[in-house]
Amino acid sequence: MHGLIFRTLEAFVSDVFGADCWARAVGLSDLPVTSFEAMLQYDAGYFPKLLAACAEVLDRPESVILEDLGAYLITHQNHASVRRLMRFGGETFSELLHSLDDLPGRTRLAVSGLDLPQVHVREPISQSFIIDCRGEPAGFGHALVGLLRAMADDYGTLAVLDHRGIRNGSEVIEVIVVETAFGADRGFSLGGAAMAEGA
Amino acid sequence: MIPATDLLLALRPLHVCVGPTGHIRQVGKSFVKLGIDDPTGCRFLEVFEFLRPMQPATMADLRRLAGQVVRLHVRSEPGIGLRGLVIDDQAGGVICDLSFGIAVVDAVHRFGLTARDFASSDLVMELLFLQEAKSSAMAASFSLNARLNGARLAAETEALTDGLTGLHNRRALDGALARLGQSDTEYAILQLDLDRFKQVNDTLGHAVGDAVLKRVAMILRTHTRQDDLVVRTGGDECVIVCPGLTDPTRLSALAGDLIRDVSEPVMIDGQEVSVGASIGIAVSAHAARGDPQTLIARADVALYAAKRSGRGRHLFWSPHMGDSLAELDMPVSAARG
Repeated sequence: MHGLIFRTLEAFVSDVFGADCWARAVGLSDLPVTSFEAMLQYDAGYFPKLLAACAEVLDRPESVILEDLGAYLITHQNHASVRRLMRFGGETFSELLHSLDDLPGRTRLAVSGLDLPQVHVREPISQSFIIDCRGEPAGFGHALVGLLRAMADDYGTLAVLDHRGIRNGSEVIEVIVVETAFGADRGFSLGGAAMAEGA
Repeated sequence: MIPATDLLLALRPLHVCVGPTGHIRQVGKSFVKLGIDDPTGCRFLEVFEFLRPMQPATMADLRRLAGQVVRLHVRSEPGIGLRGLVIDDQAGGVICDLSFGIAVVDAVHRFGLTARDFASSDLVMELLFLQEAKSSAMAASFSLNARLNGARLAAETEALTDGLTGLHNRRALDGALARLGQSDTEYAILQLDLDRFKQVNDTLGHAVGDAVLKRVAMILRTHTRQDDLVVRTGGDECVIVCPGLTDPTRLSALAGDLIRDVSEPVMIDGQEVSVGASIGIAVSAHAARGDPQTLIARADVALYAAKRSGRGRHLFWSPHMGDSLAELDMPVSAARG
């Protein structure tokens, strides 16, 4: 499994809860690694063990940790590039949702070897979306919920997002876009972070 | 069917229609971002400068470029290259359809372009995405490489250092000798052995012995130059390699200073400790070039000769001593200690 996934979990737990929490979680997971490198591969079996250890140390369900991790990726300054790469998906939040089918492909373009679940998006009723995620890593849907919630904020869109559990082997996410101009759009310029973007 | 000019406006954000007189009749919507407000009516060749394949001077020249890929730039923005195709409009004029080549990344920065400035079918968004994603991934890779390199340097230093004294170890000596063996640099080797160290260790304990060794290491470092290699080769034995230093007077002075300072009694843990030192010196000018091991052996022979002749002194190797300890007329064990 790609080191970026492990590195993200490590950065999230260390930045938000402190390095000692991460150290305790790693100790509890009984893995032969204490810190992860973004650009190395690790045994996929490590991830569920680490996540379970984090849940115990942080005293909250794994699903909540993953959701918060998704939001952290978009909102934390250390990962400004993730927010920008997501904004390439579309000029509105709805366009972004429609671009999610391309997410695994785009991710592979960015970092070869970083495999994400297949994502399939439908809009059966206008502004009401169903997102299916199929494949490893399990729990990806929860991280995606947190990430999309933060992106909706970023676009200034009011949306209701819910993880509806697993249906036919896929994680199912429901998104209802309530209002597109609810808040201020943080903005996005193709020219890059150097150009002014709303804080 | 939609008229051709409307079709161009809808599909091609960077096109230029040029009339038979060489004046611009219509441009795509994105030129305004390039600082060209409304060029209609201006002479096409006054707004744009062609670079390749040739520089047309007249409308006839321009029409001859039909069907060819051209490279040009807006005269007011020479840094941003454009490329495109010239086609004959069958009415005496030409249509020039342009795009940013690889300059698109610079152009986006320079002009603050947005997705709407490009045709929807254009792959430019994917290109920009990739460019940005690649930069992030490269940054992560570079940071990993930097950390690994730091760890490698630390491990290398550790592998070449004696843990107790911080002097270099035998592995570092072997590396330095191998390099000297292949170079033309003349050098000297000093073999130093402490006198009465074993008694200190036996009677006052290893902690005091270690303190003595650290103090000796400091003395050796103080008296040697930056380029000299100071090595602890074992127990109380050290080797100093001095590249470029073969003058016997200076080497004698160095050996004398070392022996004097090492022999100075010192208080350690409330006890007066006194050791001495003997030194054997060999200089590369006397040795067969390219064989540092011979030189090491000769310095060793000179060291034992110095010990035999009363300790607390230094001797240069000379041919009458021979090339190995076996040639000295004394048992090796008697010289140790």
